[in-house]
Amino acid sequence: MISERDSETTFEEDSQPNDEVVPYSDDETEDELDGGQSGDEPGPKQTSRDAEESRDPTKKDCSWQVKANDQRFYDQPGFKRTIFLCFKKSKYSGNAIKTYKYNPITFLPLNLFEQFKRAANFYFLVLLILQSIPQITTLSWYTTLVPLLLVLGITAVKDLVDDIARHRMDNEVNNRTCEVIKDGRFKNTKWKDIKVGDIIRLKKNTFIPADILLLSSSEPNSLCYVETAELDGETNLKFKMALEVTDRYLQEESALADFDGLVECEEPNNRLDKFTGTLSWRNSSYPLDADKILLRGCKIRNTDFCHGMVIFAGADTKIMKNSGKTRFKRTKIDSLMNYMVYTIIVLLILLSAGLAIGHTYWEQQIGNSSWYLYDAQDYSPAYRGFLNFWGYIIVLNTMVPISLYVSVEVIRFGQSYFINWDLQMYYPEKDTPAKARTTTLNEQLGQIQYIFSDKTGTLTQNIMTFKKCCINGQRYGESVQSLCEQVDFSWNMYADGKFLFYDHYLIEQIKSGKEPEIQKFFFLLAICHTVMADTSDGQLNYQAASPDEGALVTAARNFGYVFLSRTQNTITISEMGVKRTYDVLAILDFNSDRKRMSVIVRESSGNIRLYCKGADTVIYERLHPRNLKKEATEEALDVFANETLRTLCLCYRDISQDEFEAWNKKFTEASLATSHRDEALDKVYEEIEKNLILLGVTAIEDKLQDGVPETISRLSKADIKIWVLTGDKKETAENIGFSCELLTEETAICYGEDTSALLQTRLENQRNRAGSSPHSSLRMNEPFFQGSRDRALIITGSWLNEILLEKKKKKKKLKLKFPRTAEEKKKQSEKRRRAEAYKEQQQKNFVDLACECRAVICCRVTPKQKAMVVELVKKYKKAITLAIGDGANDVNMIKTAHIGVGISGQEGMQAVMSSDYSFGQFRYLQRLLLVHGRWSYIRMCKFLRYFFYKNFAFTLVHIWYSFFNGFSAQTAYEDWFITLYNVLYSSLPVLLVGLLDQDVSDKLSLRFPRLYILGQRDLLFNYKKFFLSLLHGAVTSLIIFFIPYGAYLISMGQDGEAPADYQSFAVTAASSLIFVVNFQIGLDTSYWTFVNAFSVFGSIALYFGITFDLHSAGIHVLFPSRFQFTGTAPNALRQPYLWLTMILSIAICLLPIVAQRFLSMTIWPLESDKIQRNRRQYLLEEQQWKRRQSAFRRGVSARRSAYAFSHQRGYADLIASGRSIRKRRAPLDAVLSGTGTGTGTGSGTGSGDTRDTG
Amino acid sequence: GKKNYKADGHPSGGVGVPGGGAVGGGGGGAVKTRKPDNTAFKQQRLPAWQPILTAGTVLPAFFIIGLIFIPIGIGIFVTSNNIREYEIDYTGTEPSSPCNKCLNVSWDSTPPCTCTINFTLEHSFESNVFMYYGLSNFYQNHRRYVKSRDDSQLNGDNSSLLNPSKECEPYRTNEDKPIAPCGAIANSMFNDTLELYRIDNDTRTPITLIKKGIAWWTDKNVKFRNPTGDGNNLTALFQGTTKPVNWPKPVYMLDSEPDNNGFINEDFIVWMRTAALPTFRKLYRLIERKNNLQPTLQAGKYSLDIAYNYPVHSFDGRKRMILSTISWMGGKNPFLGIAYITVGSICFFLGVVLLIIHHKYGNRNTSADIPN
Repeated sequence: MISERDSETTFEEDSQPNDEVVPYSDDETEDELDGGQSGDEPGPKQTSRDAEESRDPTKKDCSWQVKANDQRFYDQPGFKRTIFLCFKKSKYSGNAIKTYKYNPITFLPLNLFEQFKRAANFYFLVLLILQSIPQITTLSWYTTLVPLLLVLGITAVKDLVDDIARHRMDNEVNNRTCEVIKDGRFKNTKWKDIKVGDIIRLKKNTFIPADILLLSSSEPNSLCYVETAELDGETNLKFKMALEVTDRYLQEESALADFDGLVECEEPNNRLDKFTGTLSWRNSSYPLDADKILLRGCKIRNTDFCHGMVIFAGADTKIMKNSGKTRFKRTKIDSLMNYMVYTIIVLLILLSAGLAIGHTYWEQQIGNSSWYLYDAQDYSPAYRGFLNFWGYIIVLNTMVPISLYVSVEVIRFGQSYFINWDLQMYYPEKDTPAKARTTTLNEQLGQIQYIFSDKTGTLTQNIMTFKKCCINGQRYGESVQSLCEQVDFSWNMYADGKFLFYDHYLIEQIKSGKEPEIQKFFFLLAICHTVMADTSDGQLNYQAASPDEGALVTAARNFGYVFLSRTQNTITISEMGVKRTYDVLAILDFNSDRKRMSVIVRESSGNIRLYCKGADTVIYERLHPRNLKKEATEEALDVFANETLRTLCLCYRDISQDEFEAWNKKFTEASLATSHRDEALDKVYEEIEKNLILLGVTAIEDKLQDGVPETISRLSKADIKIWVLTGDKKETAENIGFSCELLTEETAICYGEDTSALLQTRLENQRNRAGSSPHSSLRMNEPFFQGSRDRALIITGSWLNEILLEKKKKKKKLKLKFPRTAEEKKKQSEKRRRAEAYKEQQQKNFVDLACECRAVICCRVTPKQKAMVVELVKKYKKAITLAIGDGANDVNMIKTAHIGVGISGQEGMQAVMSSDYSFGQFRYLQRLLLVHGRWSYIRMCKFLRYFFYKNFAFTLVHIWYSFFNGFSAQTAYEDWFITLYNVLYSSLPVLLVGLLDQDVSDKLSLRFPRLYILGQRDLLFNYKKFFLSLLHGAVTSLIIFFIPYGAYLISMGQDGEAPADYQSFAVTAASSLIFVVNFQIGLDTSYWTFVNAFSVFGSIALYFGITFDLHSAGIHVLFPSRFQFTGTAPNALRQPYLWLTMILSIAICLLPIVAQRFLSMTIWPLESDKIQRNRRQYLLEEQQWKRRQSAFRRGVSARRSAYAFSHQRGYADLIASGRSIRKRRAPLDAVLSGTGTGTGTGSGTGSGDTRDTG
Repeated sequence: GKKNYKADGHPSGGVGVPGGGAVGGGGGGAVKTRKPDNTAFKQQRLPAWQPILTAGTVLPAFFIIGLIFIPIGIGIFVTSNNIREYEIDYTGTEPSSPCNKCLNVSWDSTPPCTCTINFTLEHSFESNVFMYYGLSNFYQNHRRYVKSRDDSQLNGDNSSLLNPSKECEPYRTNEDKPIAPCGAIANSMFNDTLELYRIDNDTRTPITLIKKGIAWWTDKNVKFRNPTGDGNNLTALFQGTTKPVNWPKPVYMLDSEPDNNGFINEDFIVWMRTAALPTFRKLYRLIERKNNLQPTLQAGKYSLDIAYNYPVHSFDGRKRMILSTISWMGGKNPFLGIAYITVGSICFFLGVVLLIIHHKYGNRNTSADIPN
């Protein structure tokens, strides 16, 4: 029992961490250690969160009571909880789910409320209120209201569309039907009407509507197979088994209708693999565990029908409890942007205050004596200054761009669609396009520094294929695939047709039957395993505990040694068409310590033989000294290892009858042992697995997904560090590290113990230097490793725990639970603080160390540790992280990382559901980051820089003007221009740049991964760039004001009619601004499509169109006091001197920018500049471009074991107990029963296994 | 968990059942392919022009702009210099000034204080001459001042006539009667009268000053309109309103000619078009050239008769009378010309500098040093 063993190891103080085991079975909620321990602890446990209590799997918490077929049971007052004042509600939720946020009535108020919770919207609401105060209103109400309404409207529509989709989805799910017992009969009922305590019947291939207790099924022993893909992403079937008593008595409809059992269990929680409770029925009680619970979201498979009782419904189900907390992710730019907006607000307040002081002074000096300004208000200058402060806050509000947030949203939304539409990220085999599930993180994709990748299903396809073998020293399967046609297996009626093999020689050898070794080899593969066969639909299907084993048995099947079926103690094999049944005397099952498994078989001749397969290291120790082919096989092992194939050694041994009987006695004894049974068994196994005769080696390929090595190398060139985090074993992970070229022969690998030692020395050094207090922050940044060797870190979960002091912390917590005096308390907190600082230092050191390595592989890590590693890097490196995975065990990590990517197209949905982006293949990651990420980042940065610029250029003109109007908060433009500037005149071109701009094409982005570094270093948008933008805006505004000032304001106009009046000035300034700002975005645009051209010139045209309309006679006649600029545009803009002024302003604004850009491109060219310049040349090259094949393998390499097996522990117990064997195949059962194979101790062991290793 | 892999990787039974668990994995249509469309837009392959700032485009641009701007600048500068302009400050703050006696006039001094200033034009003004009055330190662009008007009233709206906008406060009503035109702008209308005489051998010949055609056509015909009603009698139409506080006479007595009276009086309209800066000029009268043989204003002695009504001394304001001719690009102002010449020269200079720099560094853009 793995969990038992590991809890021992983790509690033993000085034990070495065990590389083989996953530290402890946890999930994303709580620590097993804590819970398990505190159960024995006397006294109250001081936890603030009541949720914690429900997580304790102790008996006293079984407060959740469910009674079958009795709805009145739940009306008891004990089951009600107060929700609001005196309103009570049952604590049992119904089965209807509700994911939507609004209904038709609440939509408007709720949505508005939510929108005004955003700081920006609230700010504009405050402005609007300020504007309605007559004393300080400086702008018309519509200048703020129109943009605000637009912003609110766009957001509301988006929310509405989202919510409608949610409504639709909820309805679809809630209206599914299944059969429920009502009035003694099964009736079709909608899911939403299912209640706790209902007895339901589920058919094959239907989804399970709630968390139910399995009562009985159509299968023997009430087994029920479920597919948990929706839940944990694992595509293999899992079996659940009902209690014996319910299996026996609850098969009939009437029996089910009369069932009145009471289930007492834990409160609803989110732990998928835990359940504790008891069933009380007919005056006896039966323990319940997770093995008897079918969870909502799973699917019934291979089981015609099953019956169950609803335990948790709707929101109480485990899947719903799990889906609740999605972290709200923000991008780095988001927070930067927020700080910038705050900066601007501070700037705004300072400027307004300055101008208000100016106004006070002016009023004292000039205003008071100007009779023409008399307004009958007896305000002091200081008070007028105060009022003007608010006036300027209103006038200058456009410095904080109202449309900023909504524009950013729109751009990200569009970018997300481009990701969804990308054909090159569409995976045709599974028909899965890429999907940006979160639309708010795109530019962060251009800043990734660390990638945390899952292995199984992400880097690999999780398909094992039998590639090669070495039998009796002779290697087979070597031929080059492209040259040879594949072997024809049609002679074999059992061949599964999907198996590909290219070595015809081996087939000939088998067919000729000359070599007994070859026969033995495949016979071993067919017999030595724990696979179960199933002939549903006339097809022979295997169900294996590990894909490796499945691959081996399938290979044997194709080569003519077909495993047909098994019973408790026999196994039937078709050997080249001849069906034979063998007695299996013992199955010596696999476990990670033994790294091998054996079966002892009595052959037809009566000989007893042991067949064994296992890791080369383990097998070679146990070989008979006189094995002839040892060297040749070892050579084969080397070759296979170099090709990163996973190897297993096969061997056998003949056992005499006496020896077996002697051994069998010990074996029976050991298997009956009550304590340390596993250790005892291991010892017994050891005795018989010796003096083995080597048969050969199998080589299995753990197929990588397409393009994984290329993707990894390209991402590494972009300075992205890739960490592999996997629950798999060290060997497997290392093997994959080599095959995806994360590790090479030159790599110096650093393991857990090395790391631990390094960290220990480092910490001691730090302590010595820092003196007594370890937390006085003395940072030492010298590297851990000398020299520039290529290094990699491979560390297991146990070591990770050890190093990061996760374990020790818990011990302390337990010890120090009950402080007695205040002094003790203080001491304790001091201690804790010191421990905390120590831990922090250690963690920081670890991260520093790990980051010095080119590659990091963490294996045997739990989902929680995966998340912890991500968190560590986030915390200590302040780096942007991306996690990619496909299974439920990656969910935590995906949620923790800045960006989570799910591999979709697999059956499982959980990783995808919690991810921000999803696509079908790992290799699309390079396109997502290097192309879409980079583009998005560049676009967003360009957009933001320009946006701040244009608003400053626009707004600051008011300030320059105020020096000439007595700081009276008079605007430099017409109100309508202010209203429409951000909305209509300047927004479209920059939006299009944000959506469409590309500096270099996608092909070149991929070809030059170093272009990506720009984003990692925040080069395009940071505080420096921000202030430069502001400065640029300020300079532009100066030019826009002072050029007209010099040109004509102090003089007069042409035809004498139009001397410098305010309205003409406003129009001139506005027109030059529109020209400058739109030409500026033209300069910034590096990808001019017709849409861009249209929008730039369209904006200018729109400005003139609207201005002429608003200044027309007609509109003035209709609203004389709203539109006061009648005739200004036509009168002003027919003057040549105004045009000359504007041309001058434009030239002075833009020419220096052109010169500066040209200079920096010439003197300090960026890589993208160079690439852009040489675009044509690359295009030519591209046409002849062929990917370099990494054909050159390294020569002779150091020996390394390529043993890797994803196997944990087989079905031996289940097989031995005979539980799963269908009754109709029973005759075989009866054949032999005398041989002692009673390893199993019944369902308890089998089911216990499944639970504990979860 | 314990991994029960199916060896052949296919769970038996209905694989085609659309996905979508309890939390609704979006399965979508099972038959329809979800392959994205292969369009240029969706694949971000829109045909595009990718301009790069190369020496081949930037340098010529700078030279050409320089070459265009310099001549324009010279042209503007020469034109500006050819404009004749004469300016008299008649505020009268200096004791020597003839108008010094009027410095402390109030609005309602009757008869108005008058003064006469003699001046000599050194050069003759050949073309049409425009006569302006100029005010300094007068904040016509002050927010409080700018908004103090009612455009509806000025547009002849009858209800606004009798019930002016609140913006006009405190010049909205006087003695419970609505003020027409209301507001601070109208109230502070410039009301000096300027008359120009040519002194030829001690005879003062008055120079005809045309008072119509000094306002924008749109102002006169669209923006400003007298209230409508029965008949054309302005007095009757303005019945029930009162004159602005500072005005000596009501609005319907601004002029004798009916098409220049009331709200459409051009002096009034010109005043109502507020200036951008505290120092401004406003067109006062036109002096038209009579014939081609004689300049409009010959060089010689002139005198300006001023009915000094408008008090500016209290806020340190100045009053000026300006005579000016006009060119195609406006009044006399050397700034634009100089600015064009400067910008053009800088452009040219920058072009040379960039050319040198390009020669020095231009080869940095080769592809050889880009890491792949």
